[in-house]
Amino acid sequence: MKYWRVPLDTGEIQVTRGRVHIIEERCKGCGYCIEYCPREVLQFSRKFNKKGYHPPEVKEEECLNCHYCELLCPEFAIFSIAAEKAES
Amino acid sequence: MKNSSTTATPHPLEDLVRMDRIPHIWCSGCGTGSVFTSCLTAIKQSGIPYNQFAMVSGIGCSGRGAGYINIDSFHTTHGRAIPFATGIKMARPDLKVIVFSGDGDLCAIGGNHLIHAARRNMDIIVICVNNLTYGMTGGQVAATTPFKAKSSTTTLGNPDTPFNLPLLAYAAGATYVARWTMLHARDLTDAVQTAIARKGFSFIEVLSPCPVNFGRRNREKSLDTLRKYHENTIVKNGAHPSELDVDFNKGVILGTFVNVDRPTCDEVYRKMYWPAEEPKEQRKTG
Repeated sequence: MKYWRVPLDTGEIQVTRGRVHIIEERCKGCGYCIEYCPREVLQFSRKFNKKGYHPPEVKEEECLNCHYCELLCPEFAIFSIAAEKAES
Repeated sequence: MKNSSTTATPHPLEDLVRMDRIPHIWCSGCGTGSVFTSCLTAIKQSGIPYNQFAMVSGIGCSGRGAGYINIDSFHTTHGRAIPFATGIKMARPDLKVIVFSGDGDLCAIGGNHLIHAARRNMDIIVICVNNLTYGMTGGQVAATTPFKAKSSTTTLGNPDTPFNLPLLAYAAGATYVARWTMLHARDLTDAVQTAIARKGFSFIEVLSPCPVNFGRRNREKSLDTLRKYHENTIVKNGAHPSELDVDFNKGVILGTFVNVDRPTCDEVYRKMYWPAEEPKEQRKTG
């Protein structure tokens, strides 16, 4: 994220991090998670799943564990789990 | 590892879903699955044991919901989800009864049951998935199809005015009326949780895309519909129900419109007819 001025408490703020899990065989390729991820961490992959849809894949590890994709996915095919933050 | 696609971790909602019936029948881009997920999340987050819930569905795409949830559920005859739910509630007032069904089932064929359950303030939660058409039967014009929208039976556009469902519920006496879209998933989850926690007839209308039978005839893909839900909706809690008609050109109003308290049907009935049984009821819930 880009700031016009770095907040004074940047070092103290705990940012949650998540890891996206995708169950590819359940995906029907509606693209809701890709379109509405607030951090835009997902994109369509080039591969096909068994049903012939392109499941999403993680583009960059910027997930904040907000669970919105999990709530929006009609197929129970995507969810995120809190991840330990590596860097401070 | 960048992407754990072949994850062995189960989805957090798998304990609430009959996984042997997944994949479900809902099309790619259908919003019913999202509404269902929000509903299950609300059930999970409420912290109430699952055996204290019952779900009832009628007929239609969203009527399949009762078949996919892994708690006591009932897939009933067309339009009669609310009468079955009323029966469950009167026999077991300790249960939280959720009716998960579509607009055609609840408001067209079952419209009379809806208004009378609202009038009697039956203590049930009605989640009405409104996809503006009869999706399962081939996209015929429904009681909620917007003016001038095309359907398989109104190929030049719908000449009729659609139902304003929150106004209908409010006029009939519902004590909690809200409307969200499937894109407002967090507000929807909160609304369902509020409805679970309160007593009285709760009516939640959820707008949801039907890309196959409604969107195709009206030149909108499911993501276009979601864009409309994002850009052409106004959240206005406490708005008067008479201004809530679904017209995306002037903006669709979302929010919680009614939240009042009134004695529920089962409470009043029990107090008047079985005053001696009140303590026994306490024992059953414990």
